Amino acid sequence: MKKSVFFGALTLAGLAAGAAAAGTMDDVKARGKLNCGVSTGLVGFSAPDANGEWGGFDVAVCRAVAAAVLSDPSAVEFVPTTGKTRFTALASGEIDLLARNTTWTFSRDVDLKFEFVGVNYYDGQGFMVPKELGVSSAKELDGATVCIQTGTTTELNLADFFRANNISYEPVPIETNAEAQQQYLAGACDVYTTDASGLAATRATFENPGDHVILPEIISKEPLGPLVRHGDNEWGDVVRWTLNALIAAEEYGITSANIEELSKGTNNPEINRLLGTEGTLGEMLGLDKEWAKRAISAGGNYGEIFAKTIGENTPVGLARGLNAQWTNGGLMYSPPFR
Amino acid sequence: MTTLTDPPKDQFRLSMLLYDTRYRSATIQVIALIAFMLLAAWLISNTAQNLAALGKPIDFGFFKEPASYDINQRLLDYTSRDSHLRAALIGLLNTLVVAVLGCATATVVGIFVGVLRLSHNWLIARLMTVYVEMFRNVPVLLWIVFIMAILIETLPAPRAFRGADAEASMLLGDSVALTNRGVYIPEPLFSRGLGDLHFLGESSLRFNVSLDLVAVLIVLAVGFWVSHIIKKRADRLQEETGVRPATWYLRLGVVLVPLLILLAILGFHLGYPELKGFNFSGGTHLRNSLIALWLALSLYTAAFIAEIVRAGIMAISKGQTEAASALGLRPNRVMGLVILPQALRVIVPPLISQYLNLTKNSSLAIAVGYMDITGTLGGITMNQTGRELECVLLLMLVYLVISLTISAVMNWYNESVKLKER
Repeated sequence: MKKSVFFGALTLAGLAAGAAAAGTMDDVKARGKLNCGVSTGLVGFSAPDANGEWGGFDVAVCRAVAAAVLSDPSAVEFVPTTGKTRFTALASGEIDLLARNTTWTFSRDVDLKFEFVGVNYYDGQGFMVPKELGVSSAKELDGATVCIQTGTTTELNLADFFRANNISYEPVPIETNAEAQQQYLAGACDVYTTDASGLAATRATFENPGDHVILPEIISKEPLGPLVRHGDNEWGDVVRWTLNALIAAEEYGITSANIEELSKGTNNPEINRLLGTEGTLGEMLGLDKEWAKRAISAGGNYGEIFAKTIGENTPVGLARGLNAQWTNGGLMYSPPFR
Repeated sequence: MTTLTDPPKDQFRLSMLLYDTRYRSATIQVIALIAFMLLAAWLISNTAQNLAALGKPIDFGFFKEPASYDINQRLLDYTSRDSHLRAALIGLLNTLVVAVLGCATATVVGIFVGVLRLSHNWLIARLMTVYVEMFRNVPVLLWIVFIMAILIETLPAPRAFRGADAEASMLLGDSVALTNRGVYIPEPLFSRGLGDLHFLGESSLRFNVSLDLVAVLIVLAVGFWVSHIIKKRADRLQEETGVRPATWYLRLGVVLVPLLILLAILGFHLGYPELKGFNFSGGTHLRNSLIALWLALSLYTAAFIAEIVRAGIMAISKGQTEAASALGLRPNRVMGLVILPQALRVIVPPLISQYLNLTKNSSLAIAVGYMDITGTLGGITMNQTGRELECVLLLMLVYLVISLTISAVMNWYNESVKLKER
């Protein structure tokens, strides 16, 4: 970890300028692999399974992009990053794309020179406490010891929340989700705070998930999304529209089950354009006609990915909520493919 | 008959720079120096240019911005509204705390173990060997994480102290609580304190000095000084008459009595930790992260220091021990009066690098969430502002200054213990 921060900082000069100038897409194609930054392990979002195969909601974005660009959803080199190392890894060109439940904020977008290509999960910061503490609201947490992942926006929200409510707390900064889990379960902290989705995912891995409650307060807006380096708009477009293709596919009812049939041509021109039977959208991106078809086939449309990785029938058990399609009262809304 | 020839005129030609051995080495050095400076200049300009192209020119303005994050262990007052500069200062103090605690503990343990390793008692000598080999041959990061894990997993959580028939209870007459969040010990309080002196107003570097502490230190210093005079006088009397007057009660008295009087005047009492809400409050909280880091760094470095001490002692020839014994000195006096003073000359130089190592190793603090300067300036500040180069450069500068200061102090000490040739 330390090494990569250091390495990143020192080689920032050498690599970043070069990487920003040359096309990332050409680099990825020449390499034959997509270097995708993910978290060090958050069940449902990005975690290796028993066979060492990475899977999850964020991983699915990496696989879809790899499928669109390299025609192979498995041509991905997953680079686990911590909250602290992720930006240096992306800025230095160590990774081409960061899909690590990262919050889209003004300063990250503008000052850190990144390009958020969209939102794949609308989240907010929450608190988890053991049920036996008998706490029902975050405002009762005066004097509590709070475990928190360092280098994240949650760290700043937490400081602001406790300050605004004029209550005190003891922060215990922690590097990874796994360490936080260990400290929280041992009772070294009373509260664990991170994005509500992360809390649900973490709780799902506990022996007795029922012994822990997630408090009702959501203290921040955390739009999580994949990001790329600022300045390479072609590559940014590819990732942005791959994500949009997954979202649009759900809206139009394209699933991994019916995609073969639909790609023979339908009477809905929007579906035809998306799947490449009509128009030249793929060429405009610098890809071939079937880019979106491959991206969707990789893991299904947005809804399918959600249901498979973090949905209500998984151990993580998240409801769609804000992340439903706009047609169902959610915020998932892809611009038109035209 | 003699012929006179003029000695060859020393006429300088350019080719001599290369072919004349008197100049050649200087020529090569000058060329190498120029090449090195060109390389350095190229690296710096390349970095500056690329950062500018990236839209991130070197700029330390971010230091004045509010840090927006909290730090748990702070020796000076600090809130999340303070600047990044102040956060870095708090981190720096935390680094210094663990470095000083670590160096002191490592020295004591190291000397102890090093001497015991030479013991004639087979069991003690072997046990010390096991200790040295165990700590020396396992990376210090693992020791830090291991000790932290032990503290977290084996000690009770504060809520175990609650209730009538609590699972855990406090030690030493309800004054010390060992929890998996750290150790709570009583804190010194003054009911008629003198207050604080504030320095540097509202700036980021502001600090307070407790007048109580200053008063205690002055009284202690004066006490030790008087005690030293009494010792000098006893030495003189012993030289003159051969009889040493008993002075221990006088020497103890001049240190202790004024101190006790001062403490009574200031209304000294202890504040005990008490379980309140989620945590203990009151008392001094030694956090797990500090304890784990401190213990691991000291025990690890002590293993190296023990070897240095052993080497230093073994470097003193056996004749010295035998001569001292022949004079009738007991073994512990031989060690204290004859061997150690000579061994120190061998011990101090390598000891300096162990102190430097310990201080630099303290940057592993982030593994247990100890907020040292690497955790604040090189961690959260760097991450939240995205100023990698500035932060890392400053961090390197800070460690460089700390290390050079330690070297300077230790070199000065080395001068004072080294063999005085007259």
